[in-house]
Parts: sequence; structure tokens; C-alpha cells
Amino acid sequence: MKRIGIDVGGTNTDAVLIDGQQVVLATKTFTTEDVTSGVRSALTEIVTKAGPAAAGVEAVMIGTTHYTNAVVERRKLDPVAALRISLPASASLPPFCDWPPELAAKVNRGVYLVRGGHEYDGRELVPLDENAVAEAARAIRRDGVNRVAVSATFSPLTAAMEMRALEILRQEHPEAHVTLSSALGRIGLLKRENVALMNASLIGLAKEITEAFKQAVAQSGLNAELYITQNDGTVARAEAARDFPVHSFASGPTNSMRGAALITGCKNAMVCDVGGTTADIGCLINGFPREANNVIHIGGVRTLFRMPDLLSIPIGGGTRISTDGTAIGPESVGFRLVDEALVFGGSTLTATDIAVASGRIDLGDPSLVRHLDKALIEQVMASIHHRLADAVDQMKTDGAEVPLLAVGGGAMLLPDTMPGISDVMQFQHHAVANAVGAAIAQISGESDKIYRDVSREAAIEDAKSHAIRNAVDAGANADSIKIIEVEDFPLSYMPGNCLRARVRAVGDATQVRT
Amino acid sequence: MKAQAFRTPSQSHRVLDAEDIEALAIGAWILGTGGGGDPYHNLLNLRRLYSEGHTVTLVDPILLADDAHVAVVSNMGAPIVGQERLADPELSIRPLRMMEQYTGKKFDAVMALEIGGGNGLLPLMIAAVLGLPVIDADTMGRAYPEAQMTSVAVAGLKCYPLAMADIRENEILFPRAASWRWMERISRKACTEIGSIAATCKAPRTGAEIKQHGILYTTSLAIRLGEMVLEARRKHQDPISAVVEAAHGKRLFSGKIVDVERRATEGFLRGCARIEGLDSNAGDEALVHFQNEFSVAFINNEPVVMTPDLICLLDTVSGDGIGTDVLRFGQRVTMLALPGPDCFMTQQGLEAVGPGAFGFDIPFQSVFGETNP
Repeated sequence: MKRIGIDVGGTNTDAVLIDGQQVVLATKTFTTEDVTSGVRSALTEIVTKAGPAAAGVEAVMIGTTHYTNAVVERRKLDPVAALRISLPASASLPPFCDWPPELAAKVNRGVYLVRGGHEYDGRELVPLDENAVAEAARAIRRDGVNRVAVSATFSPLTAAMEMRALEILRQEHPEAHVTLSSALGRIGLLKRENVALMNASLIGLAKEITEAFKQAVAQSGLNAELYITQNDGTVARAEAARDFPVHSFASGPTNSMRGAALITGCKNAMVCDVGGTTADIGCLINGFPREANNVIHIGGVRTLFRMPDLLSIPIGGGTRISTDGTAIGPESVGFRLVDEALVFGGSTLTATDIAVASGRIDLGDPSLVRHLDKALIEQVMASIHHRLADAVDQMKTDGAEVPLLAVGGGAMLLPDTMPGISDVMQFQHHAVANAVGAAIAQISGESDKIYRDVSREAAIEDAKSHAIRNAVDAGANADSIKIIEVEDFPLSYMPGNCLRARVRAVGDATQVRT
Repeated sequence: MKAQAFRTPSQSHRVLDAEDIEALAIGAWILGTGGGGDPYHNLLNLRRLYSEGHTVTLVDPILLADDAHVAVVSNMGAPIVGQERLADPELSIRPLRMMEQYTGKKFDAVMALEIGGGNGLLPLMIAAVLGLPVIDADTMGRAYPEAQMTSVAVAGLKCYPLAMADIRENEILFPRAASWRWMERISRKACTEIGSIAATCKAPRTGAEIKQHGILYTTSLAIRLGEMVLEARRKHQDPISAVVEAAHGKRLFSGKIVDVERRATEGFLRGCARIEGLDSNAGDEALVHFQNEFSVAFINNEPVVMTPDLICLLDTVSGDGIGTDVLRFGQRVTMLALPGPDCFMTQQGLEAVGPGAFGFDIPFQSVFGETNP
């Protein structure tokens, strides 16, 4: 089947048209400040270039690194109020307590601890202090804060108090968008709360971006379904993805790694995806990103949800360089590269200008960087090489040399050789590997149910068939479905023998949609 | 600190710095053999206390005066509850206050019941707040789920009194119990009732008792293991080899978790994890059972390692310990055995903590060779 995969980076918007597993066409355009027009022009360009080949495109799958960039650069994050239902427990470790202080200072607009929460067995720890919740809601409203993250002790088992807090918040502070920790995370109050806080801080950006994508597809003339790619290499329908930007957190790097594996046929390698804003380093094992086993740090914050094991550092083609060459990033001009970089007639010195001046790439007007001091160019290039090689080395887990797949629009910033790397591989379509990965993303279905007086085996079997059915309903081809996650948890507090089983299945998009 | 509680001053007193605390958290998690609770929350509390200017002094147990009065502390309960009801020093010091009030005697120092997991850091948290020293010893050399599974219980020392505090205003004192097992049964019931997590102060110990029956230098062992892991990571060497070498252990199995069965019963987290072999273990299968901590592991249906040998399941890449409460499908793990303390290799020791104590009708066989109980 035909699909269009698009990856919207901070700097470039890449698009590919895929037929089966074949890349038919690839385009690269600059991301625009108005995201809609950027995606629209990327879609228009690829549809126009493809001509008759664009007929029959059934799905547009969009991945974006906006959310990661926002956290890494500490930009476009909404201020958030944290409401935690846990007192009298957990008072010495309040929300944001393990965040990097400067990020907490940007996001934290109030921490409210109230009495309540549950025990592991479903009893109340203490009754929910509804007055305190209402009071907190009014204070949050008075402060003009419109994003709230709610967490409660043992909410993944019993979300009742988070739900009640949501009702009270809706009454007292109707403008607030509320993220409940129970909707996102697993057992582990701090880690789950951190995911919720981060999700809440990204809601404004998520609304803006999802709306932009929908308009762009609607205006493209294609009769195609819009999907947003997720952290694990699967996709979700746009409406479902909007309230949970954290689920798309690492979709860009995941897509580029899976795309690089597909294009090169190289299934075991390090991958470094240098975009406009960040370089993301991961490790491919059998064609899939190595998964992080435990806790994931995002922008220095400790979280727990399903993610690829990645190291993201703020170096990309749009990274700002101070005029004396001593400061490299973390800010990037992002999509304004085409206006602001020296080689494009702008006035900001960027990593791209340094790469052009050093002769590593021919872009824009090289005469505009001819005035740069040679020693400065070498010093900055060496510093960038050193930081990238160091990051790649950190992600390597054994001493043997492996190839490095160089991916992304900023791949020219990578050195030609690195310690521990057999070969720095540049390859065709490397710059759009992320779009290729988006286009081949699969559709997932989940089942999360509580079973009573059923054997564990029978419960898991039922959950599997339910997840498969959900994946098929979401558009997956029944013949291609694989179970990728099975998790079960006993609920000893409920009458009878109770078990919560969670299963996820993935499959390829079906050829014919209804 | 009361100077007269120790025979000689300062020389073997080591003021722990912030890096020691970080290393201790890693080492204690490895020695936790899957239990004792993730040390992270205690580490966060300690970081906060250190940033406020508190420090902790670690004292060589040999320097204890025979009549020194030492608090043996632990957080009791299911580790998974600790993931949701977070450690708080204000709660942890309450049972010490209760005990001091009950016995009418002030404590000279604090010591861990178990070095494994978060409980290995707990005495430091308490000591930092109260300004007491921490004794470099514990009574398990690891983590175990029950009160009678300690060196002091095996030695037949007194099991009472015990003080327990809940985060609500529930305080429970156990002035006397007929045996360690009775103390375990009664205190466990109370602990389960208040949500399967409680701050406790166990029967106080004298300096003489610790010198004779404590498991000595386990805090510094945990710090050393943590330092080895951190150094291996810095040098991009295998942290697991570093742990095996530093603790004279054995690497037993590497693979991927394919199934985890868990049930929360009687205040414990019981179950087992199935591991599919990778690399040199390709085609093999390991099954590791746990009751809070790992108890017995089978490879290809043969029992290979069992308590009191330490069974550690580490993240194959990072070398971090993995708790039985966070085992997940797909995790890449390596199973190690580390030698258990000598005091558990006796007949009384094996009765308390051998495979039979965890419901396995298997004669104890150490992976480290012959044992003659």
C-alpha cells in the first residue's frame, strides 16, 4: 500500500512516499514558524512531484521531534500546577523534587499536596480532602495557570480520587487542561507524576501541532487518514494523540532509527540522527532501537514509560554559535535557519555556517562565511566533533567496533572517524530516514482489563485477542499482527481472584480501509 | 554522638561524602537481591539532607563499646508500596523515639537491619537528622523478607521490643514476643493492616552483640560495589564483571525476561520470572522465584542457585540491580550469585534462610562449592 511519511523536525520537514517497502520519492523542506504551511508545502511538494504515483495514498503518518526539542531547549513549555493527592504520606519528596532546578523553575507554577490516596489493596489511605482540592483549584485559577497535572497514591490501580479531583477542577477552574497520572504511567508515584507534569507542560504545543497537521492533510487533496507516530514505532489516530504528547516524545528518533535500518539493511549499529536542533544517539539491535530497560531521563527528568534508549544532546544544524566560538548551543535557530544563518544571508552564526566554512557541505552562499576566522572554524568544528563522539561513546555498550549510521539533515556535522566506530556510514535518503520510519510505522491495539475468577493464562489469552481485535479495528492487517507487550498485575483487594492484564499488539496498516 | 560509646575516637570514623552516598545506593540495590526496596527515594532524601548541610559518619563496628546502645532500623513491607508511599525521614525517626521512650535509654548509633535495597540507606537518613553515627554492619548482608532471617535471630538473641509507626497517627509497640517467628507473624499482620509499609525500630542491640553476631562491613562493601559499577561505566567496561570480581561472585545466566508472574499475598510480593537465554545461554531457560527477594533459581529445570547464596538480577547493560517489583517483559538481565554470610551456612542458619524457609523442598547446595552445615 502507499503511504506518505512526514517528519517535522525543528529545522527540516522531510517527506517520503512509500509503496510497500520501496521509497518512491523523498523531499526535504524547511520547517516554517507556522507549522501548518510547512506541512502543507511538504505535502504539496511530494504530491506534485509524485504526480500520478500519489494516487491511492491511504495514510499520512506524521512524526515530530517538537516535544523533545521543547523539553531539551526548555522552550514553549506551559507553566504547570502540580496537584498531588498523597498526604500525610510522601511529604518530604514533593512534585518536581527530582527535576533539574532550572527546568523546574520554568515549569513549576505551584505545588499542592492534599490529603488522600489509596492503599495497594484499594482501601483509602485517608479520605480525599475535597475542600483542599477545591481550594487548590481556585488558587491555580487565581494564578492564571491553565495546565494541571494530578497524581495520587496508587492511582494506576484505583483512579477514583484523580477522577474526583478532575471533576472539582472542572467546576472550579473550567479553563484548565488536566492531565491525570493514571492515564499515562505505571506504578511509581514520582516517575508517573513526572510524566504527567511533562505532558501537561506540552499541551499547548500539542494542540497547536495536531491542528496544524490536520489542516495540512485536509488541504492536500488526499483522501488519507492522519496518524501520529509514537515512541515505540507505532501510530495513533490524530485525535487520540493530542492529549498525550509524551507518547510521541521519542517518535522522531525511533522513526529515524527504524528508517535507517530499513534503508541500509544494517540491523546492528549505532545511529546518530543530527537534526536542526538536537543530535539523538541510539543503538539498533536487530533492526529495532534498543529499548531502555528502566527509568528514562528526558531533559534531566526521571520518567517511566515505554521508550527507546536514547541520548539527546543539543547539537544540530541550527545550533547557535557565539561569535567568539566559545559557546555552542544549547539554543538553535530551528526552522529560522533559512533566514538567520549567515550562509542564507542572516546574521546568526550557526553550526551549519561552520560546516559550510570548513568545506564539509555546500549550502547557501559560501562567500557569506568566507570572512570567518580559520582558527575559530577549526576550534568550533573540533568541539562539535568531540561532543558528538563522546555522546556516541556513552551509548556504546561493548568495546567491539560497530558501524555508525549517520542520519538527518545535520549529518555533515559528524566526524569521519570516531573511536570505537568501524565506519561512519552516510547513505542515500539518510536525510529522510525519519520520514521513512514514520511511513513504515505500524498500528497498535491495546487491551487493559480486570479479570475476576479467571486463570492467569485464560485472562492473558482473552486480553491478547482483545488487543488484536483493537489493532484490527484501528486499521491493522490481521495477518501481520504481533503481540509486543504483556503485563499482568494481581489486585488482591477485590472480591474473588482479580487480575489486571494489559496487552499490546501491533500490525501493518491494512491495504483497504473502510 | 556520645564519645564514650566508642573505644577509640575518629581514626576509623569515616565521614561519608555525597559521592559515597551515590555509590552506596547502587551497591545496596545490588545486594538487595531484588528486594529491600529501590534505594532511590532514600537517596533523594539523603541528597536533600546533604544539601542542607547534614553529613553522616560511618563507624567501624569493632570500635563499639560492649555496652553501646544501637538502634536497628528498617522500613518493613512490600517494596511496591514504597514506590507509591515515599520514604520520609520524619516518619523513619518516629519508631526510634518510641523505643527510646519505652526503654528510657538514648541510642548511641544507628545500624541497618538489612544492607540490601533502600533499607541499606535508611540508617543514614535517620542518622543525618538525629546527628548519630552509623555502624558499618547489618544483620542480613543482603535483604530478606522476614524478621527471623537475620544473623541475630540465628544466634538466638532477644527479638523484642519492636516499635512500629504508620504515616497516620498509628504507633504500635511490641513489648514481647515468644520467638522471632511470632514477632514476624504479629508485626507482619500489623504492617499489612496499615498498608504493607511501616517504619520500624527492631530490638536494640549492644555493641558486644553486634561485634559477635552482626554481619560486619556491609555498608562499606555496598559502597565499594557501587564505586566499581560507576568506574566500569566511566571506562565503558562491563559493570557486571566488575561486580563479580569485587564481590567474588559468579555469573550464571544472561537473557531476556519473557514472563513475570506476581501475586501480593500476606504482605509479600511472591512470584517468579522466566528468562530466555541470550548469547552464550541461547536455547536455555532460567526460572527465578521470589518472595520480595530472589530465593531459588532454576536453569533448564535444574535448581542452580538458592538462598543463602545471594541471587542478583542486574540490568545487563548498566549493571543496576532490578527489583522484583519492576521486573518486566523484555528486560535484558544477567543473573549473578554472590557468596552469602557464613552465619547462614550453619544448620540453624539454613533453617532460617535456606530454600526450605521459602517453600522449596531442595537440599541447600551452594554454587560456590561444598557446604557442611
